[in-house]
Amino acid sequence: MRYWMYQYKRTWRGSITTSFLYPVLYLAAMGLGLGSLIKGHVDGVRYLDFLAPGLLASTAMQIGGNEAMYPVMAAIKWLRTYFAMLATPLTVVDVLVGHLAWIALRLVMVTSIYLAVMTAFGTVHSALAVLALPVGVLTGLAFAAPIAAFAAAQQNDTGFSTIYRFGLIPLFLFSGTFFPVAQLPGWLQPIAQATPLYHGVALCRGLVLGHVGLAAAGVHLAYLVALTVVGFVLAMGTYRRRLVT
Amino acid sequence: MVARGLTKRFGDFVAVDGIDFEIGRGESYGLLGPNGAGKTSTMRMIACMSPVSAGTLRVLGMDPAHEGSRIRSRIGIVPQEDTLDLELTVLDNLMVYGRYFDLPRRVIRERAEQLLEFTQLSERAHDKVDPLSGGMKRRLTIARSLVSDPELLILDEPTTGLDPQARHLLWDRLYRLKQQGVTQVITTHYMEEAEQLCDRLAVMDGGRFAAEGSPSELIARYSTREVLELRFRDPDTDTEAVAAHLQGRVQRFEALPDRLLLYTDDGEATLTEVHQLGLNPDSALVRRSSLEDVFLRLTGRSLVD
Repeated sequence: MRYWMYQYKRTWRGSITTSFLYPVLYLAAMGLGLGSLIKGHVDGVRYLDFLAPGLLASTAMQIGGNEAMYPVMAAIKWLRTYFAMLATPLTVVDVLVGHLAWIALRLVMVTSIYLAVMTAFGTVHSALAVLALPVGVLTGLAFAAPIAAFAAAQQNDTGFSTIYRFGLIPLFLFSGTFFPVAQLPGWLQPIAQATPLYHGVALCRGLVLGHVGLAAAGVHLAYLVALTVVGFVLAMGTYRRRLVT
Repeated sequence: MVARGLTKRFGDFVAVDGIDFEIGRGESYGLLGPNGAGKTSTMRMIACMSPVSAGTLRVLGMDPAHEGSRIRSRIGIVPQEDTLDLELTVLDNLMVYGRYFDLPRRVIRERAEQLLEFTQLSERAHDKVDPLSGGMKRRLTIARSLVSDPELLILDEPTTGLDPQARHLLWDRLYRLKQQGVTQVITTHYMEEAEQLCDRLAVMDGGRFAAEGSPSELIARYSTREVLELRFRDPDTDTEAVAAHLQGRVQRFEALPDRLLLYTDDGEATLTEVHQLGLNPDSALVRRSSLEDVFLRLTGRSLVD
């Protein structure tokens, strides 16, 4: 089973450009631009400091989600890359783990660059921030696994726009990245807190700003891990059904 | 490899209906049949990429259901559609594939260079795959399947869609491989390909084997030595009556939509008789029997649909 280590070096080369260009731009525009308008503190800190870790988690979600949609479908339908792999000693497990490992690597790269940018902007206030790296990666994977499971079962890409419109974009806007969830109407708050990105954002923010409680962190972590595991199990099912006929 | 009662079902549809065969080491075995005959389904089972629905199958002595991964490490697979990575270079495609077999990079590098020479792709080693011609992509797919130095090579319709020149080059390469002792299982719907490449072949139609044997055996068993093809200008010519007239000389006949095929041991003599009977065909062709005729005899249809 060492194969997956090597097959993830297989370059799913898109361009590595816009994945962190956009977040940096968001950070600059929203954080500095909008932040200068917000005189007081948000949740106890400057707006820039509040926003940055939220953007980190959301970016991880975007990348994890994106990498699990079209690349997975392409590997099955158009380029048939997965089938090329299955003609070798590799098995379906290898194929799935390999692809997720590549997504994880991508997440590591982007998240670490993002953390470096954040430090340069002066938004990092705690040594715990270094843990935001694995948490960011985990957040991304928590989306990548179930979305990959979904993508492998699709015959065409119409389902993807649904995921964007009703999943990723609402989560991006309402999970506490740009403003605290407490600002939402009372009845909406529990719903927001049940969604995955909320936990990623909250945990990252807590680590970067240094005020995360152990119990709360445990809950966030457990949620993300559970989502990743469930996604993985579902993906094994849909991958097997689609690739071994 | 050995198969007994090998069956493949997709829901209610039976793609492969209980076939038996045995292929020995170093043999070049063909599956000849039209599209939809079940050839690809059979190949996918042999390649351990598709589970067997019923019957037994042993490849290299092992059961694909339990040792699929191990079997695949010793065989090379050339699928019907190229599954190349279009964004990578020719050489990179080979390197990546070799890594799937857990081969050391150095070894893959050496083999890749030899294989690129073998398939005449050395000049394009650092070019991206996307702009290459169909023939080159096919050669690359074959080179790729050989990276692991397999004992058994499985080729599904290797030359479909290629121009004659590319086809002949490929046949030559496969022949060289055969000489090196690589066992080959090839599916095709081109009778010339089957005749050129295969020691033995099975004629497949509708999921079953209609016949099995070497090309010459099959032709001897199911056809005559020569065939006289006649075309008549008048489309309403009663071809059956014509054939009836020649009953003595002709062993069999087939009335196709566009031609009349007369199976005989001596085409020229039969042609003479045709003229003597006062019949004036638009064109007449005497040729040797081929696997196409065997297929026609066995299934009543032609190979090309």
